[in-house]
Amino acid sequence: MSASDPIDRTRRNLLVATSLAGGAASVGAAVPFVVSMWPSERAKAAGAPVEVDISRMEPGDLKVVEWRGKPVWVVRRTKEMVDSLKVVAGKLTDPGSRASAQPDYAKNEQRARKPEFMVMEGVCTHLGCSPQMKTAAAKGEMGADWTGGFYCPCHGSKFDYAGRVFKGAPAPLNLPVPPHVYVSDTTILIGDDKKGA
Amino acid sequence: MAGRLMALWDWFDSRMPSVGEEWRKHAAEYYAPKNFNFWYYFGSLAMLVLGIQIITGIFLTMHYKPDANLAFGSVEYIMRDVWGGWIIRYIHSTGASAFFVVVYLHMFRGLLYGSYKRPRELVWIFGVLIYLTLMGEAFFGYLLPWGQMSYWGAQVIVNLFGTIPFIGPDLALWIRGDYVVGDATLNRFFALHVIAFPLVLLGLVAAHILALHDVGSNNPDGVEIKKHKDPKTGHPLDGIPFHPYYTVKDLVGAIVFLVIFCTILFFTPEMGGYFLEYNNFIPADPLKTPPHIAPVWYFTPYYTILRAVPPLFNSQFPGVLAMGVATMILFFLPWLDRSPVKSIRYRGTLYKSALGVFVVAFLVLGYLGTEPTTVWGQFPASDDSFFGKYILDTKDVATWVGRLGTVIYFLFFFLMPWYTARDKCQPEPDRVTM
Repeated sequence: MSASDPIDRTRRNLLVATSLAGGAASVGAAVPFVVSMWPSERAKAAGAPVEVDISRMEPGDLKVVEWRGKPVWVVRRTKEMVDSLKVVAGKLTDPGSRASAQPDYAKNEQRARKPEFMVMEGVCTHLGCSPQMKTAAAKGEMGADWTGGFYCPCHGSKFDYAGRVFKGAPAPLNLPVPPHVYVSDTTILIGDDKKGA
Repeated sequence: MAGRLMALWDWFDSRMPSVGEEWRKHAAEYYAPKNFNFWYYFGSLAMLVLGIQIITGIFLTMHYKPDANLAFGSVEYIMRDVWGGWIIRYIHSTGASAFFVVVYLHMFRGLLYGSYKRPRELVWIFGVLIYLTLMGEAFFGYLLPWGQMSYWGAQVIVNLFGTIPFIGPDLALWIRGDYVVGDATLNRFFALHVIAFPLVLLGLVAAHILALHDVGSNNPDGVEIKKHKDPKTGHPLDGIPFHPYYTVKDLVGAIVFLVIFCTILFFTPEMGGYFLEYNNFIPADPLKTPPHIAPVWYFTPYYTILRAVPPLFNSQFPGVLAMGVATMILFFLPWLDRSPVKSIRYRGTLYKSALGVFVVAFLVLGYLGTEPTTVWGQFPASDDSFFGKYILDTKDVATWVGRLGTVIYFLFFFLMPWYTARDKCQPEPDRVTM
């Protein structure tokens, strides 16, 4: 056998066919390894709705609850906080929450069922850090025109009291509002909005 | 005695001659240029650190538990109750930073002397692959102590993949193995950190060295020593055998390195929060991001690039893309550089100034990545002024400096074909100078 020998078509075809079959089998063998990295059935089963008692929240309070492993905030907004939402509209990336994630009943200026209580996921839409509340008193740190809201420590995104993102921040969208419903005047159910309402 | 040992070696050599052949090919008869200087220590030092990391890593694995409930405690257990545990862990954590120090210096040597240029393009490409694998290895390892920085760092980096259009969210879910960073993520990162990536790293190091030894080493003059060979022996006239000449030289480098390494290890293993961040001494809390998060120092230049790019079309992908391009562009360096000479010694003002500006920009980007964007205060312009309305989307000075640094970083590469081709180079010498 040397390089100048004529090509034996039968052998060449057999070689190509077995290589293709072997290659396909190898790809098939990779499937269990790839799918083993998806969330397991146990991980998928976790994540039931949670109830929040809001009866003891003072105006200005922030309460953090865990839902599907994520921090969800309930903020009892003061009148000043709600009023500040009008002032900042011109500086926001998506003031009307057109591109952002929220149920239809929260697609308003306050992004809430009731203006007094804001429910949102405390997860920055940039890269998933959890922002912190910075009240209007933090002007020294946040700039003279700061009217209060949230600040993400990871990459400096700023949000107003409705979780709407300010222009110039790396975060592209407003903080998501999870599905939620008032079970009673003092209890909010997060993760489900089918009951009542 | 010596005769007996020689007889034993002969017995071995006649049964497995390839060991002796490889030794001669890669050490005793590998001719390296005789004018290696200080900058040529870092390749062998990188191998030394790799060895240190593998040995300490094996022993840490004996006591560490890759479980979200147990991981943080098992690291504290290693630090307090395991005999010698504290020093093994500090060697490993200091070794991680030392690895990046020597690798960055090793890469800078390549920029100084044009070591990536023809015929060493493959050596450089394998080197960039090593650098990227090392970044992955360091990232996986950083999750394992399961502290606040581990957790939120992983959260941010996995979400980088989530920004890729269309497949992003599913890809991030697949990497995490859960809807948030959790036990599944920790367990798989452990597997990748202790076996998958080290194997890849060892393979790439082997390829890097084989590719180097096939074409021969570059040197501070950037001239090819293979052009002038001794007609009788066939060895390069400007070359000396790697062993014993450079094994002994590198041994000196290793000792100096270990003195510095041990000084850090014994006196400041946390390096003021740069090698081990203070927030990582708090157990991971998925509900609370620490007030200031920053990656470990060796990632910070790219982190600043990520932060500098504003979102476009309601997507943060442009920033992620910029960061990705910033690392990937290194692969193309051999073809971006059009200079007729390799070494900085014979290059003109254009390349020298470009490299200088690039180094300053890289260091500034690195510094800014360790600080919050508010570190240098804000521009005074009011929102009603022309600047406030149309130019300044953010008033944070540090963000703007980061943007400037990012532009310089990319211009260094994008303009390279232009300024290296126009540079006024001096003629290279025919033989190496000492």
